[in-house]
Amino acid sequence: MRRWLGRQLHLVDFTLGALMRRKGRNFMLLTVYTLVIFMLASVMFLGSALRHEAATALKGAPEVTVQNMVMGRHALSPPEWVERLSRIRGARNVHGRLWGYFYDQANGANYTLMVPPPHARDIAVREGETVIGASVARLREVHRTGYLFLLSPAGKLFRLKVARTLPHRSELLSADLVLLSEKDFRTFFNLKPRDGFTDIALAVRNSNEVPTVVNKITRILPGARVITREDVLRTYENVFSWREGIVLAMLAAALVAFAIFAFDKASGLSAEERREIGILKAVGWETSDIIAMKLWEGGIVSAFALVFGVAAAYAHVFLLDAGLLAPVLKGWAVLYPDFSLTPVIDRMQLLTLAFVTVVPFTVATLVPVWKAAITDPDIVMR
Amino acid sequence: MIRLERVTRIHNEGRPNAVTAVDDVSLELPDRRVTVLRGPSGSGKTTLLTLVGCLARPTRGRIWLDDELISALPERFMTEVRRRTFGFIFQRFNLVRGVSALENVMLPAYPAGEPHAALKARAQALLERFHLRDRMHEKAELLSGGEAQRVAIARALINDPAWIIADEPTASLDTSLVERFLAEVRDLAKAGKSIIITSHDPRVWQADVVDRIVTMQDGRIVSVEDVGKAPAAAAGREGSPP
Ligand SMILES: Nc1ncnc2c1ncn2[C@@H]1O[C@H](COP(=O)(O)OP(=O)(O)OP(=O)(O)O)[C@@H](O)[C@H]1O
Ligand SMILES: [Mg+2]
Repeated sequence: MRRWLGRQLHLVDFTLGALMRRKGRNFMLLTVYTLVIFMLASVMFLGSALRHEAATALKGAPEVTVQNMVMGRHALSPPEWVERLSRIRGARNVHGRLWGYFYDQANGANYTLMVPPPHARDIAVREGETVIGASVARLREVHRTGYLFLLSPAGKLFRLKVARTLPHRSELLSADLVLLSEKDFRTFFNLKPRDGFTDIALAVRNSNEVPTVVNKITRILPGARVITREDVLRTYENVFSWREGIVLAMLAAALVAFAIFAFDKASGLSAEERREIGILKAVGWETSDIIAMKLWEGGIVSAFALVFGVAAAYAHVFLLDAGLLAPVLKGWAVLYPDFSLTPVIDRMQLLTLAFVTVVPFTVATLVPVWKAAITDPDIVMR
Repeated sequence: MIRLERVTRIHNEGRPNAVTAVDDVSLELPDRRVTVLRGPSGSGKTTLLTLVGCLARPTRGRIWLDDELISALPERFMTEVRRRTFGFIFQRFNLVRGVSALENVMLPAYPAGEPHAALKARAQALLERFHLRDRMHEKAELLSGGEAQRVAIARALINDPAWIIADEPTASLDTSLVERFLAEVRDLAKAGKSIIITSHDPRVWQADVVDRIVTMQDGRIVSVEDVGKAPAAAAGREGSPP
């Protein structure tokens, strides 16, 4: 065991020297390798961060939402619907929701104005006050005045005292939020109580009963659209998976190019390297020592590429908001003001990443190395 | 003692460019003696050395090292015998380029897994013995011919082999360096090493350290002469007479 360890230490030592000796070539290789890992890791990080955002957002979403449809378009739900839906057995917490979009012309951003649901005590807002998302706070520089000024659709200037800014748990859906009291909301959009609500949300006591409850709702309100949390989740998944699929396909092509490059690099074992292997074998290295040395070489290059690539991808996605990929993967979110992603790292994904890059690389390099390693040591005598 | 029994080595056997480099050679190489192999270019001297030194296997015939049949060993054990038993000084020295003199000397001992510090100390001691103390951190390709050869000798000695095998060691050296090389051979012989040298160089086979001269031609042995002041007791006459 000690002998084995000593031997490996010598091999690592020698390999590091060999890598340094062929600096130019290995630097090229490392750059390409790192770039491939950087791109793959960026897509993975962004994908899982977006999923995480969506999942967090949905956790707080109601299980069933009912919308009034007029001529196939979303319209306000009459207030008496709350009463009618509350009578359904299994439905809980039926409440009308008030939310709408507001376009901030000066900043070119869309905000979501919303009245917090009655049971959400932690984000309750008093009249004349507001609770806002991080992006809104950033864009409107509210820290200077402590007030948020909004120009209502009717042209009236609203002044709201900022009670606080929302925490960062999930920025996707909270970043653009402006929470108002019901009275302020109705005044802002000029809605009377008898106009009703944007939509109606309800919870289901037992999640197995969701289909039954949905059935009952459709029977009571045939013209309404009923959306379950599952539906929304599925939509999100589809959008992400489709986009991620495209990016991954492009990356697969890059990966193949990389494998070819690696193979080329390895099979092009230079005369110098071949001679070096011959010398080592002649002075008493075994074939297995040569292979081990080359494995170390591949391992060291791979480890560097993984560390650099993953670190760069982390910085790219979570510090620079995935500037290179956002147009493709975040397309559906362009209406929102910029938001930063919550770092999420999936260990399984990292392992997969290591596997799909290191294994092809190693295989590509090992075959020609094996060929070189079994050459007869007597070539050094020629 | 190394004993060759009807050894033949054919390069590229079975192909149109096949060459019988060593042809049915039987020979004994005594322990603790300096043997010189001489003969015209292409007579098979180097090929014979690769067979004796376990760098290649004979096409036919057998080779014994003491009582061990080394020509039939599996690859791994052959490598092990080579590392344990033989130190090589190659014609073009064959130092690894880009690597320091010191590390070149250490390389043959890596597979044994000796702790780095101990190995380094041994290598340094060897280099000092060959007056290379100031040059040991120099890259191999920056050494002069004489220095490179002494590094090669130090490398051949790092595993403390019983046998030293040198192929045309003086080919690129001028007279003073040849003298110096022969002096080192003398020291090694005194230290009890068994030495085989191939050479075209009369300065080598006329040297007083040489105990036995084997002459080859066309892959065969044409003569074996004992020339040392103290002929090896076990030395008989092998091969065909001239
Ligand atoms: N690897 C090889 N493949 C094919 N032929 C070879 C090989 N090595 C040697 N030969 C041939 O075998 C014959 C003997 O070569 P070898 O190198 O053993 O001779 P040598 O006596 O050492 O010659 P020199 O004095 O020039 O070094 C030559 O004809 C040579 O061309
Ligand atoms: Mg030769």
